[in-house]
Amino acid sequence: MVARGGVVCFLEHDVDGVLDASLRALTLARSLSESSGRVLVAAMMGMVPPSDLEALAGYGVSDVFQVVVEGVEGYAPMGWARALLDLVETWGADALVAAGTDRGNEVMAHVGATTWLPMVANCLAASWLDARSLRLSRQRWAGSLVEDAVVEGVPVLLTVAPDGVAAEPAATPIATAGHEHRLAASENDRRVVVTEWIGRGGGVALADARVVVGGGRGVGSEEGFAALDELAGLLGAAVGVSRAVTSAGWRPHAQQVGQTGTKISPELYLACGISGATQHLAGCRSAKHVVTINTDPDAPILSRADYAIVGDVAVIVPALVAAIRERT
Amino acid sequence: MNVLVCVKRVPMVGARIVLTPDQMEVDVRQLGFTVSPHEECAVEEAVRIVERDGGTVTVLTLGPPEAADQLRDAAAIGANRLVHLVTDGREWDAIATAEAIVEAIRRDEAEQGPYALILLGSEAADTGDYQVGVRVAHALGRPTVSGIKHLDIGDEVLVAKREFRGGDELYELALPCVIAVKEGINLPRYPSLPGRIRAKKMPIEATEIVWREGPVRTERLRVPEEPRERAEILGAGVDGVPALVALLGQWGLLA
Repeated sequence: MVARGGVVCFLEHDVDGVLDASLRALTLARSLSESSGRVLVAAMMGMVPPSDLEALAGYGVSDVFQVVVEGVEGYAPMGWARALLDLVETWGADALVAAGTDRGNEVMAHVGATTWLPMVANCLAASWLDARSLRLSRQRWAGSLVEDAVVEGVPVLLTVAPDGVAAEPAATPIATAGHEHRLAASENDRRVVVTEWIGRGGGVALADARVVVGGGRGVGSEEGFAALDELAGLLGAAVGVSRAVTSAGWRPHAQQVGQTGTKISPELYLACGISGATQHLAGCRSAKHVVTINTDPDAPILSRADYAIVGDVAVIVPALVAAIRERT
Repeated sequence: MNVLVCVKRVPMVGARIVLTPDQMEVDVRQLGFTVSPHEECAVEEAVRIVERDGGTVTVLTLGPPEAADQLRDAAAIGANRLVHLVTDGREWDAIATAEAIVEAIRRDEAEQGPYALILLGSEAADTGDYQVGVRVAHALGRPTVSGIKHLDIGDEVLVAKREFRGGDELYELALPCVIAVKEGINLPRYPSLPGRIRAKKMPIEATEIVWREGPVRTERLRVPEEPRERAEILGAGVDGVPALVALLGQWGLLA
């Protein structure tokens, strides 16, 4: 069914389908498989709706394994890692690739820890040098640096930087066959499982938002964010903030954009009163358009933005809100 | 409760990272150093747990002789005991780092019994390997979870919370366990003056360790090309607003 030496890509999915970060991982996994003519197969946890399976044909996936860990429900990092490793060993795969999400990195770290194999996180590119070694580029400093490196030994374990690779369907879609891969959960697998999930209260999730209105120290105060909230409401946007803002206690850490917060990939990032520290820029590098409002025309953010308005956020944001209201 | 926190010394980078001429390392000559941000929060969390429930906070680092500074920073906010695995300054890969930490933990635990809780950061600010905690947990046979932004600790179990797609998911783990935390779990305190004085005098248990080659061979580092060079100025003050509104319309972002 699956040729030996293939590339297995672990895909995360949710009620809204395969995660974008996983499609990005799949794009890297495909280029890795093509670099040596290996087959590309996908692994998904639990039962997969047909629409998700169809989407994968366009990405050049020959086989999709629906992996069932019997005895655990939902996310179980150790059980998932053991099942993926079992799949890799059953088919003699040479590489296991996942998205560099919290779950992807964690599951792959478990696979690495079980096998004492290296796990290379947040890769940007990978290709085979020979049967047992691989050349890759990976993010360092949350993407502010790139490292080119060689890793030896199979199977190789990689995660893919969610903000570093674009999701691209294959040039030629192929027929995708679905299979099941079952494994009974061990007692150990059941030691760590999600026991409860609390949905967000409403609004737009920062990581998935199409527009993000960002606020930094230049917003001036907790109260200063009222105008940004209003603007975000008008644009259907999420509010994101810099580390200075969460450190000052103006906003919760869940809204922090940056290296130690959330990485965003919106159509538009509107950065208001944000100077542009490396820590912050690491979280918004993959925004399609960046516009900044800043009093300082020499702030680092201006060299990372497409457009800028030079001036005070407290004056410009209310004017922008009024102008948008007038128009709509 | 006895808590162990593992921290890493990392450079404090500014707006731009400069490399050495051979492109193998970050040029740190003009940079200061700090505790990696997630781990600074891990120390604060451990201190809060011990302030509430009693016990000790041991802080361990693997790094060059200068990493003693970061141990003293941890002592200044309340750590009771400092352990330094002293390297020659070369970078250690995740597998070797985890091995060395596990060896140190086993030595400690043989004398004083198990740490109920081992805390690390989810990933270091520089290398970002996302795995040392998981490897330590496996070697010790303890449950683990990463990316944690809230902890509730009971007598035999703890509840850990992490963000998932805009919501929160909860985990219940039996003690002893290993938890990798993220910034946001707390807001670390500033060290007090008495804390700093105490830290200066605190002994450090230092052991020299020998570098082990990792399986990933660095060829070079590079600064990625940025897609943008310089923003086009739409205007000064409110004069720039009409042009921005026009752009929002052009990008299809106005309902």
